[in-house]
Amino acid sequence: MVDLVAQPADLALREAGTMAYQNIFTQVQLRGELEPGVPLDGNNDARIGPFGFTYLMGKLGGSQLGPIYLGKLGLASLIFGAISLVIMGMNMAAQVSYDPIQFVRQFFWLALEPPPAKYGFSVIPPLNDGGWWVIAGFFLTASILLWWARTYRRAVELGMGTHVAWAFASAIWLYLVLGFIRPMAMGSWSEAVPFGIFPHLDWTAAFSIRYGNLFYNPFHALSITFLYGSTLLFAMHGATILAVGRYGGEREIEQITDRGTASERAALFWRWTMGFNATMESIHRWAWWFAVLTTLTGGIGILLTGTVVDNWYLWAVEHHFAEQYPATGVIDPATLPGAPQ
Amino acid sequence: MIRHTLTLLAAVPALLLGGCEIGTKLTEQQGPRGTAIADVKHASAVKVAAEVPVPPYELTPDMREGERAGEAYENVQVLGGLSVDEFNYMMASITEWVSPADGSVENGGCNYCHNPANMASDEIYTKVVARKMLQMTQTINAKWTPHFNNNYGQSSDNAGVTCWTCHRGKPLPVNNWAAATPDPSTLMGRKYGQDTPLKVTAWSSLPYDSFSSYLSGAENIRVGAVSAYPSQYVSEIPSTEKTYGLMMHMSQSLGVNCTFCHNSQNFGKWTDSRAQRVNAWYGIRMVRDINNNYIAALGDVWPANGKGPYGNRRGPEGDPLKVNCATCHNGLNKPMGGVRMLKDYPALKGAHSMPVMAAAPAAPAPAAEPAPVAPVAAVIEGAKPAA
Repeated sequence: MVDLVAQPADLALREAGTMAYQNIFTQVQLRGELEPGVPLDGNNDARIGPFGFTYLMGKLGGSQLGPIYLGKLGLASLIFGAISLVIMGMNMAAQVSYDPIQFVRQFFWLALEPPPAKYGFSVIPPLNDGGWWVIAGFFLTASILLWWARTYRRAVELGMGTHVAWAFASAIWLYLVLGFIRPMAMGSWSEAVPFGIFPHLDWTAAFSIRYGNLFYNPFHALSITFLYGSTLLFAMHGATILAVGRYGGEREIEQITDRGTASERAALFWRWTMGFNATMESIHRWAWWFAVLTTLTGGIGILLTGTVVDNWYLWAVEHHFAEQYPATGVIDPATLPGAPQ
Repeated sequence: MIRHTLTLLAAVPALLLGGCEIGTKLTEQQGPRGTAIADVKHASAVKVAAEVPVPPYELTPDMREGERAGEAYENVQVLGGLSVDEFNYMMASITEWVSPADGSVENGGCNYCHNPANMASDEIYTKVVARKMLQMTQTINAKWTPHFNNNYGQSSDNAGVTCWTCHRGKPLPVNNWAAATPDPSTLMGRKYGQDTPLKVTAWSSLPYDSFSSYLSGAENIRVGAVSAYPSQYVSEIPSTEKTYGLMMHMSQSLGVNCTFCHNSQNFGKWTDSRAQRVNAWYGIRMVRDINNNYIAALGDVWPANGKGPYGNRRGPEGDPLKVNCATCHNGLNKPMGGVRMLKDYPALKGAHSMPVMAAAPAAPAPAAEPAPVAPVAAVIEGAKPAA
């Protein structure tokens, strides 16, 4: 290893004529016959495309567009998703009396609101009072679940593992908790999130205030840890691979079994700087689990809110981890005798 | 080409910074470290004490002797106990505060309220309103002292309101509100009382008719759960959003942040709140008193829209225009930068002919000496949610 670091290895590689690494600046885009992909058996639908090459997409990734596998699941998912988007969009358009200018101007404020509390968790409240929200939510959920099945089936058909599908399932778990499972547990659709840009942010703020500061929810804390941890891991991994790209480091998967100089240098860098290194294989498990646990723990935290714990701050006081500040001496005026109500 | 690209690349971060407010900031720490309980202000925007109208002439003690206005003039129902000199001093002041004769107000001057041929006549509705407003001002200054009480060590003498506090030389205070038009029952135009960019909610999509619920109605603002575990206590997220809408208004009206009153660790907890929250608590109840017992109580004295001589005084739903925090505060946590006009107008303090109070003045807010404090864990805020 010491020898390797001391030698001008990149020069040696270049002289050996193995300099095949392409980055965004040195890329050579090939043009030739379009690649249709592996043969598929009779259980599959036909593919659409491939469509051709594009130079600009090639700058960002592969230059060949397509083929797309749509299939029955994909088609059904797109149709259901389109229906839900149209319901949301038409409800928002109705909010501004179908004025296209106001629709654009107020778009970030508009929303399809969930049913108010008076309807509880009834199957279908009046359409003009949240009923459309339930319907849009049904179609959106159907679309998402069908798309999940599609990611699972396509992975199996390609002979891959189903890691993408299960990671997606973790995100779906959080989505279902927010919009369905928790409202069902609370017995009220009004606990669910509106469909709308600012309205869903206002819901988030109000949710935290109503339930005594979500920052004291330990599952919320875990979720944030994994979320920020994911971005950190992503940055570390991306930087590492780019940094050893000149030694072929972008061939990560090959280097799992055939550890080359790029892998050695990357590992050495992290051992030098923090005493420990992930491997070309394990770093992807790190990343996958951090991402999956973000929404998995987040969903648990949301589900416990209002059902098991009503005020996370008071819960944290009870469990001795809320910071205690010097009291200001202010007391609740409503508790004073003769106070106006 | 590359130069253009670089210029564009430089412009993007500049655009991203477009929302930042450039300039020196003054920060004052007002709570424990790490709680963000701090007041951040633009150095250039720090308001000095505002210019207020000077009294028409000096009110000397001997002017307050002599014949009473109630004996000298007819139909003086509220200020009849004043001397004639002080009464005329007040009339001149009120005219300048509410309907000055400098040409800025249509029909400004005495005749805005009075029939010059018969000054005692109540035929112009504004005179009836003015009488009610005088009673209101006296009530505010006599009954709602906890709202003006300085809970942080300074004198509260002469803290209170005059007509100028709201009117600022205009017959209709600039900041007012009326009930919002209810949503249609059909989807067409239905906003669910929210989802609209309006200043009143600080341009959020929060509910915009919080005033009807909290500043004339007496709905419960305390939405945070009062125990760690689910109980009989019920509050929904939509009502929390409505509360949030009111708080955005208060924040904007006073030019302060949430932490001016609250410790955001737990918004509802009183023992961690600043003393200013006590003033705000009384202020909300004072505004309800004003809106219900004075403005709305005038009933049909307010002309129907389009019928009055001086423009509309009712909202789209026919209820009179009412007050909120901004009506007096106008963006400052102390209206007019804390100038205490009241010292020159003793008649407005409510010492004379105070109407009978429905409720006794509230106990003075806890203040200078901190009350004995129980351990935080034991202080769960008022178990019974008060309105």
